[in-house]
Amino acid sequence: MSLVNSSAGGVLEPILERYSRNPHYLMQILRETQEHLDFIPQWAVGYLAEALALERTQVQAVIDFYAFFYDSPHGKYRILFSDNVTDRMQGNAALLSRMLSKFGLAQGQVSGDGLVSIDTTSCTGMCDQGPALLVNSYTVTRLSSQRIDQICELIKGQTPLKEWPAEFFRVEDNIRCKDVLLSTEMVNGQALKRAVELGPQGMLAEMKASNFRGRGGAGFTTGVKWEVCKNAPGEMRYVVCNADEGEPGTFKDRVLLSSFSDRIFEGMTIAGYVIGASKGLVYLRGEYRYMLEKLQATLEARRKTNLLGKDILGQKGFDFDIEIHMGAGAYVCGEETALIESLEGKPGRPRIRPPFPVTNGYLGKPTVVNNVETLAKATLIAQKGGTWYQSLGMKLSTGTKLLSVSGDCDRPGIYEYPFGVRIAQILEDCGARNAMAVQVGGAAGTCLARHEFGRKIAFEDISTSGSFMVFGNNRDMFEVARNFVHFFKHESCGFCTPCRAGTTLMCDLLDKIANGKGTDYEMNELSRLYQLLSTASHCGLGQSAGRPVNDTLQKFRPSYDRRLKQKDFVPAFDLDAALAPAREIMERDDIGAHLGTDL
Amino acid sequence: MLSLQETPERKLRVATVSLAGCFGCHMSFLDMDENLLDLFELVKFDRSPLTDIKHCGSCDIGFIEGGVCNSENVHVLREFRNNCRTLIAVGACAVNGGLPALRNQLDVREVLREVYFEQPGVVSSTIPNDIELPLLLDKARPINEVVRVDYFIPGCPPSGDAIFKFLTDFIYGRTPRLDYPLIRFD
Repeated sequence: MSLVNSSAGGVLEPILERYSRNPHYLMQILRETQEHLDFIPQWAVGYLAEALALERTQVQAVIDFYAFFYDSPHGKYRILFSDNVTDRMQGNAALLSRMLSKFGLAQGQVSGDGLVSIDTTSCTGMCDQGPALLVNSYTVTRLSSQRIDQICELIKGQTPLKEWPAEFFRVEDNIRCKDVLLSTEMVNGQALKRAVELGPQGMLAEMKASNFRGRGGAGFTTGVKWEVCKNAPGEMRYVVCNADEGEPGTFKDRVLLSSFSDRIFEGMTIAGYVIGASKGLVYLRGEYRYMLEKLQATLEARRKTNLLGKDILGQKGFDFDIEIHMGAGAYVCGEETALIESLEGKPGRPRIRPPFPVTNGYLGKPTVVNNVETLAKATLIAQKGGTWYQSLGMKLSTGTKLLSVSGDCDRPGIYEYPFGVRIAQILEDCGARNAMAVQVGGAAGTCLARHEFGRKIAFEDISTSGSFMVFGNNRDMFEVARNFVHFFKHESCGFCTPCRAGTTLMCDLLDKIANGKGTDYEMNELSRLYQLLSTASHCGLGQSAGRPVNDTLQKFRPSYDRRLKQKDFVPAFDLDAALAPAREIMERDDIGAHLGTDL
Repeated sequence: MLSLQETPERKLRVATVSLAGCFGCHMSFLDMDENLLDLFELVKFDRSPLTDIKHCGSCDIGFIEGGVCNSENVHVLREFRNNCRTLIAVGACAVNGGLPALRNQLDVREVLREVYFEQPGVVSSTIPNDIELPLLLDKARPINEVVRVDYFIPGCPPSGDAIFKFLTDFIYGRTPRLDYPLIRFD
């Protein structure tokens, strides 16, 4: 026992020390533990629980909640194929089975020698350069059969990840269309200096004058959010950057984080200056692990130039610093209160609102949670003024929006447009010649058919967090909806029954229809479940989980109908086969030991 | 002409059965006390443990307690579906599989061996077997996995009041609705 503990201490103590044995860093401690040990063994659970003064079950609950934490061996190389519908369209299924057969494994199985496991995961945000996979949380893009074969060889040769070809891990920005954010130059510190000149009230006034609304999807007015937080009672305040970009088909935050991170950090610092916070937290999704070191280097450079740290820009008492927290594969953590729970080292279950984070956020303190794009754009408002910004875009949707365009088009990538741009314009620009449908806003968004391509991207019309997936004429929209609903089932946090059970039931119904056993009964049930999910779920995940089905049922009904049986009802399973085990043990085969298919 | 109806023009025919259930839902049905008298003004019973009629004639309502655990349950359930205009799943077993579905984690062959050979005190050398005996399905199922089901009354068992409210709503043409006090059990 002492032997185990001393070796346990050998690995875990430095990690625990780095995080000052603070249980709020449990997620980070578990991630680093797994990076050392390939999984989180039971002895480590016990050791960490004791060291952090937590119950063992609290540690276990966090491991169980997040898809990227393993409490049993999952191999030295843990492969997760991104399984968004765009990866499917790029042929990930064939590549997955190719890799499985090379190792003679079933999906989710760990090889006998403990070398490798292969499974799928939700969208990894590489839709413009997929199919993609994660190996031990690091992203590999542009998969092809050749690349899969090379990866299999590297794994068989037990080549460390560091020695794999850098080309495998190359992530392109693919910026295709620039507007004010992506084309305006900024010297680091420029926007912050301007904010300091204006003073906290002055900067807040600019934010309010801009009428700028948050870019994470909900579209709350950012200036108002900052003001409420600033005025909320409390000693400590926090700025949180939501970089948990999990909505399938969204990758604009990835590009901002990798090429415009100074703007994001500067935006956080401005927010901190306005509301009077001294600490900022970036919640970076686990799928973007590859960016962590680079982002930390950027933070370090900003500290060296006094853009972070104490007395920033010589302003006495303007102290602000930023930490990066990594997520571990949970879409629901994009919801701000779930994200805060996760930052506190707990399973990411959405809280009951109100109270809202602006008054009771991180550690119960007033907290501003803003999307990556929101914070980046705050720097632009500081640079150029709120009135200028307010003149761009539409009345209730000022400024520009970054769109992540993927799917059936010639030029997938990032497009920045003023609000009010029409769907047809975007389709033309990205080279989508035969688009039949566009899914705007991700799996939780809106499915638009051709007759709606005149509609606009704006809070007044089609609001979006930035995902824009194009589906060509030959695509099967039933399968698109089924992919999304399976995504929601996988990502449901399990807290409320309508969502936990409802997403499962919806998957079962769609699978039954896909298996050719659907009838009108299932179609009615789908509509009923959609109503239930959208009205009774605790958070936005469950409330929107039925939307892809509802939209495609309205707009692509024949893709459902052609799968249906012209019957009243058909069971999902084979009744006669269900009697087979009993027939076997009873050694019977008479007519009474069989069931026909007809009523 | 539309007119307000005090009572439906004719009595509705109701058939009831307990499949893989415990008859608890039927007991609860009887537990509606004096409401039974009102109900009998509105309905007439066809096949049911209350009448001992063995096969179901053409009915308006089929009231199904219990899930589906063997081939006989399948035949009976199909008979109800074929003869009843509206089928209602009553109670946890019919709705979700309930207690009998606890065996779904186990292989049915293992279950039979355990029961007829392994249990202490059991003196037996065979599993009861006869052409008359129905075979067990590999899993106990809720009834809506075997036939189309129109309505569900949750509860283990649903209270007599809940059943009465549901049936009278239905008989008078209102969409049946059980308010919270009728479906809470704590």
